[in-house]
Amino acid sequence: MRIKSQKDFFSGLMFAAVGGAFAAVSSTYTIGTGARMGPGYFPLVLGVLLAALGVLIAVRSFSSGPEDGDPVGRFAWRPLIFIISANLAFGACLGGLPSIGLQPLGLIVGIVILTFVASLASDEFNPKETLILSIVLSVFSYGAFIKLLNLQFPVWPAFLGL
Amino acid sequence: MDLLNNLAIGFGVAFTLSNLMYAFIGCLLGTLIGVLPGIGPLATIAMLLPATYALPPVAALIMLAGIYYGAQYGGSTTAILVNLPGESSSVVTVIDGYQMARNGRAGPALAAAGLGSFFAGCVGTLILAAFAAPLTELAFQFGPAEYFSLMILGLVGAVVLASGSLLKAIAMIILGLLLGMVGTDVNSGMARFTLDVLELTDGIGFIVIAMGVFGYGEIISNLSKHSSDRQVFTASVSGLLPTKQDFKDMVPAILRGTSLGSVLGILPGGGAVMAAFAAYTLEKKTKLAPHEVPFGKGNIRGVAAPEAANNAGAQTSFIPLLTLGIPPNAVMALMVGAMTIHNIQPGPQVMTSNPELFWGLIASMWIGNAMLVVLNLPLIGIWIKLLTVPYRWLFPSIVLFCAIGVFSTNNTTFDIWMVAMFGFLGYLFIKLGTEPAPLLLGFILGPMMEEYLRRALLLSRGDWSVLVTRPLSAGLLLAAVLLLVIVLLPSVSKKRETVFVED
Repeated sequence: MRIKSQKDFFSGLMFAAVGGAFAAVSSTYTIGTGARMGPGYFPLVLGVLLAALGVLIAVRSFSSGPEDGDPVGRFAWRPLIFIISANLAFGACLGGLPSIGLQPLGLIVGIVILTFVASLASDEFNPKETLILSIVLSVFSYGAFIKLLNLQFPVWPAFLGL
Repeated sequence: MDLLNNLAIGFGVAFTLSNLMYAFIGCLLGTLIGVLPGIGPLATIAMLLPATYALPPVAALIMLAGIYYGAQYGGSTTAILVNLPGESSSVVTVIDGYQMARNGRAGPALAAAGLGSFFAGCVGTLILAAFAAPLTELAFQFGPAEYFSLMILGLVGAVVLASGSLLKAIAMIILGLLLGMVGTDVNSGMARFTLDVLELTDGIGFIVIAMGVFGYGEIISNLSKHSSDRQVFTASVSGLLPTKQDFKDMVPAILRGTSLGSVLGILPGGGAVMAAFAAYTLEKKTKLAPHEVPFGKGNIRGVAAPEAANNAGAQTSFIPLLTLGIPPNAVMALMVGAMTIHNIQPGPQVMTSNPELFWGLIASMWIGNAMLVVLNLPLIGIWIKLLTVPYRWLFPSIVLFCAIGVFSTNNTTFDIWMVAMFGFLGYLFIKLGTEPAPLLLGFILGPMMEEYLRRALLLSRGDWSVLVTRPLSAGLLLAAVLLLVIVLLPSVSKKRETVFVED
């Protein structure tokens, strides 16, 4: 048997797995009755529904789909990894990582790192341009978020003691 | 006249200097993100939510609303000049708008879009003002059973109007409802699905989901396309004024678009995107006059009608939010978040307990629409310049503003880790062809639905028939079933597919 729609097949599997997981966890909570619902009642119903729908979607993907097989296609790992890591690095700069003893590096360092890492996600990375962009964004963010909106962020690295 | 009195209160609030300024900022930002492809009102509103903490509630809502309807104006500019929908609601405007621009008629196309949107915006605001009071009266007769049924209707509406597979849209809603369950159960005080993570006992922040799925997911998907696909060709604009014949053609189209958009905006699950699609389909069904160019070749009606419809829909989708407290689409779901941040429980009581907020917001919409016409027609040159900003400068800035927005919500890095996860999920959803908007709607409605179902069944001692024996509730459920049956009819489901294939 050939899968007629890969996208449907895999999304069906995803829904079935997630629904099943939610249902399994909810069944460990108090279910209760209709009149006195426990914390497990509503999520259990939803989880079972989602799992059933997922199975249905996956099964139907064998019988109907567009002619090209509706392939999921390759994952764009480069943008995926760089965008997500830019975000993670920014979080680490603002909050620090107490578990490895990293103190917050502050907003400005965070912006520069984020801009560079994020820019690497594109296939037209240009270091000079990125540097200029990071300076513009730093100045703008300092003015808009720190001065104007008064958000409480660490601005400079903690070890400078400013 | 109550209505006039109320509007007077509203204009009194909206015409203060600071509120005018916030309306202007909202409209300006809305146009900006509308013009820029790849960033929508959803992500922008999510980004700015934390920044509105410090503002008074009226100002915050005025600004956020301005972003939503401002984006409807800005989106058309990009659609007409660049052959790209700046906003998902401008998808159909691309078809005839860009053809007009290629024939050297970019000016009239922009004018048709701008004037159509303005007219529709005014009508939409009036409808909002006129219907708010009677609907609020009705809302006070709603018990838990009615609210539960109404939410079912809303979710069904969202599914029906979503593009693509019906089953997948339903699954996404349920997934959203389940994600909404994460956190402490209000009745038993028990932490559910938190995996023993302390931060999750408050539930998943909806800004985290909105930003991850709509912000990062979209950026990653955009970047995965080859850069040449993102190239921008800008048509030049000379002379904004449409001819007399243009006016004759577009006025009835604008009227049809406005009425269709207003109705679809009120319906649960409706809003700007669906309104535009429906209006274009309707125009295509009407007969072509002998002097007209066919649709798809640069017919001005194909620009005027959907642009009027999307703006009318954007305006009237505030009705269910403000009167019933139920968001009809994902953007309105964010507005619920904005209201809760400011300690306003959305629902029928808003009109009586915060009349200056309620009417001020409505009045500001009219003012905002007037500002937008000025922003978008005479100042069109600025936006054209903006379209030449390359995407490689744009996306790091968007990533930054998302990250700042997420961090500033709670000032914890935990949210940043979460948004990374949802960014990955958002990209996965795009790859798997599942539309994420129903998920966000389900996420917002999840806890409310559980609560209302609980109360309804508690009152009826566990008897499920309460949902169908109360006439209002039965009517709402019947409407939901009818909607589902209609889309499942073979003739309609086929048509539905062709409508959405056109993008």
